[in-house]
Amino acid sequence: MNAITLNNITKTYNKGTVLAVDDVSLTVEKGEIFGLIGPDGAGKSTIFRLLTTLLLPDKGTATVGGLDVVKDFKAIRGIVGYMPGKFSLYQDLTVEENLDFFATVFKTTIEENYHLIKDIYVQIEPFKDRRAGKLSGGMKQKLALCCALIHKPEVLFLDEPTTGVDVVSRREFWEMLKRLKQQGITIMVSTSYMDEATMCDRIGLILNGKVLSVASPEATIKAYPEQLYGVKANSIYHLLLDLRKYEGTINCYTFGEYLHLSITTNEEQVRKYLQEKGHTDVEFKAIEPTVEDCFIRLLKHEDEQGNSNKDK
Amino acid sequence: MSKEIVIRTNKLTKRFDDFVAVDEITFDVHKGEIFGFLGANGAGKTTAMRMLCGLSIPTSGEAMVAGYDVFKQPDEIKQNIGYMSQKFSLYEDLSVKENIEFYGGIYGLSNKQIKEKSGELIERLGLHNEADKLVSSLPLGWKQKLSFSVAIVHQPKIVFLDEPTGGVDPAMRRQFWDLIYDAADKGITIFVTTHYLDEAEYCNRVSIMVDGKIEALDSPEGLRKTFSASNMDEVFYKLARKAKRSAD
Amino acid sequence: MKQLLSFIRKEFIHVWRDPKTLVMLFGFPIVQIVLFGFALTNEIKYANIVVVDNAKDVASQQIINKIEGSKFFSVQKTLMTPSAIDAAFKEGKIKLAVVFPVNFNTDLLHLNKASIQVIADASDPNTATQLSSYITTIVADYQAQLSPTMSAPYSIVPEVRMLYNPDLKGAPNFVPGVMAMVLLLVCVMMTSVSIVREKELGTMEILLVSPVKPLMVIIAKAIPYLVLSIVNLGVILVLSVYALDVPIKGSVLLLVFESTLLILTALALGLFISTITSSQQSAMFASMLGMMLPTMLLSGYLFPIENMPVVLQVISNIVPARWYYVIVKAVMLKGLGFASIWKETLILAGMAVFFTGLSLRNFKIRLE
Repeated sequence: MNAITLNNITKTYNKGTVLAVDDVSLTVEKGEIFGLIGPDGAGKSTIFRLLTTLLLPDKGTATVGGLDVVKDFKAIRGIVGYMPGKFSLYQDLTVEENLDFFATVFKTTIEENYHLIKDIYVQIEPFKDRRAGKLSGGMKQKLALCCALIHKPEVLFLDEPTTGVDVVSRREFWEMLKRLKQQGITIMVSTSYMDEATMCDRIGLILNGKVLSVASPEATIKAYPEQLYGVKANSIYHLLLDLRKYEGTINCYTFGEYLHLSITTNEEQVRKYLQEKGHTDVEFKAIEPTVEDCFIRLLKHEDEQGNSNKDK
Repeated sequence: MSKEIVIRTNKLTKRFDDFVAVDEITFDVHKGEIFGFLGANGAGKTTAMRMLCGLSIPTSGEAMVAGYDVFKQPDEIKQNIGYMSQKFSLYEDLSVKENIEFYGGIYGLSNKQIKEKSGELIERLGLHNEADKLVSSLPLGWKQKLSFSVAIVHQPKIVFLDEPTGGVDPAMRRQFWDLIYDAADKGITIFVTTHYLDEAEYCNRVSIMVDGKIEALDSPEGLRKTFSASNMDEVFYKLARKAKRSAD
Repeated sequence: MKQLLSFIRKEFIHVWRDPKTLVMLFGFPIVQIVLFGFALTNEIKYANIVVVDNAKDVASQQIINKIEGSKFFSVQKTLMTPSAIDAAFKEGKIKLAVVFPVNFNTDLLHLNKASIQVIADASDPNTATQLSSYITTIVADYQAQLSPTMSAPYSIVPEVRMLYNPDLKGAPNFVPGVMAMVLLLVCVMMTSVSIVREKELGTMEILLVSPVKPLMVIIAKAIPYLVLSIVNLGVILVLSVYALDVPIKGSVLLLVFESTLLILTALALGLFISTITSSQQSAMFASMLGMMLPTMLLSGYLFPIENMPVVLQVISNIVPARWYYVIVKAVMLKGLGFASIWKETLILAGMAVFFTGLSLRNFKIRLE
């Protein structure tokens, strides 16, 4: 049985004027980590709220744990854990008070499900008498996760849990999610950090309310149609400007220390062009695309389509 | 690149009671440089940046920004810098044009300059159709780009960017960096913090703060070599993992 | 049950840990009482008064000396005609006039009874009562000196006349007014803000996505503020009885019961406001605008309702404080029982039920 299904879900705001989620269909299998990858305003949070029964869809149906999000909303509220995008704990309550409160709200106790949160909780336990508002970003996020887990949910919804959190905490966080997965919990997580996509079993790339592709990170990368090159030279900015002017360029953008380049010509011709332009120390190598490259490509594609639609 | 120095700090320190938020940091930033200022949450980045912007008086040490002393001349500093953060953006209930006019105005540009500048800016950002629309109707990425352009509308010597690209999509983030490159090319010094470590690679030099101290400062390439890491992510991870404090 | 208890506990923690809430909760009523009770009334010094001594004898002179010696008065001695005194009042030059009759001492010695006329400008009722009671005290003091051993063979009767506002309407009346205002404001504002804060924080999302029933959220929010408001009511009553000498003539129990009714109405209103606003600021604003102004202006506490334009009189009927004000005045100041206020009580109860129903109906189980 699928843990989550969405069938042609559409959701608008402001009496239909703002289209937040546009005819989205996807399924999440039991026990997998499913990542919704997309920028702010793509519709990720709306999907989470629809699935956690906080919003009603305009069109389409959706289920969580086999239960309908409209009809069985009460039952769903008992089996899901939810961590909203904003930090959502009581800032003036201590770590322990927060956890205790959410445990009772879900009619359980800390002791009952301690095994689930133990790994995470031991990291924040030294600060259990500190008020939640005084914790660092990483710690708040761990506490929020503990609170979302305390009632042993079947499905966990994490809306941008790593936004504004530093790299170290982000890595730790994903380690925790992997361990939760082993406990059999289905996890749906959203992020705007593309590098986190590889941590998921499957990812959905989402933009402007539409899910553009759903596949495993590996398959998403494999589907990248062109050969991608990493290019570097003495002055990276001027290299970028010149490569964009080059007629054989499909796409060129910065990516870490290199520029990522896709072309209709070949390496030799590009090198020649760059030499003419006076670039020195040119490095040129074929590379594997990342999820971020795939996303940029989709974005560009969308953009062009959007423009051509406008032109019509 | 010229070696003119626009930011120089010497043992700059900020204490809050017995908590040393920024602990004797010493570094120089050159004119036209893109300087990445990295650190984990709570490492002291924001506090350091506030001192450099003249918003907070240091406890001890020295710092010169754009040729002015942070202790004695905070007002002069503010005239010569631009500032943009993820949170501070633009007035949502003002139109694109009105925002540009407003910020031009508070930095003392003449009406003629403002008119020129706003025309130029709208042209560059391709916002012709949106010029008279309210900022609240723009997508986040556009807002950030506009916000940056407004922050440099008075052609400051230095612009401070506090996590300018948080939550922005990858394509938009790159467009944003195009603007940064362009500004740096025109001689504006860029001082930027970010959580996206691939963006650290776009900087000429990067400093990494851990527990209030600057633990590393070099070009991205130099840092990768020193820490025998394949990318900045790993450099950062190796350094920040050692951090003891975690409070913001 | 455990859910509810831990919810209530959490609400109390929010209040205790937020100095702003505490100040608001307890500082506000105390400041109000002190302001109305002392700063605005008792601190009368060197009030301009006129003494008309038609007697010019030993007794009148002695009393005048005493009056002059008091720091409350700045005395002007003249032989004014009644019409001149009247003019001085109208111009606001004087607050009070004391008139000795021609044969003051003679009357006192031979008839053992004399009278003094005390005329006060009662358009400011508090000042008028204060000043005339000072005069009365000074006169009583003089009598005691005259006959230290005997039980008042001579009696001087100050004949007090209040000009312009003979019933002294509004004198101790501010206590019921303050009670209505404080209870309403505190309850409405605190409840609405505390719920809206959860919306702002995002915790409401988590609570909604939990098995907690909306009714429980509402009850859990209401109980702490109900308790705190009753404590508050106690503070106000103690302050007014012991610090301001405004006694509770009727049944305290009845007063507490009626106040609880007002509190419930206020809580329901607060809940209602929280269901229609989404930021703490707008909730605060709505409570202020929706509560403070009507309570101050339309409850009859600052301005008598019967003097208002008909439109405002009609509108005042939907202001809960208006009915509560009538009730408290009846119970506290006049000592009346339930029989005379059952109509107002019924209206207040109706309002409580109405707003509770409205906010329950409006309480969203989703985000829209």
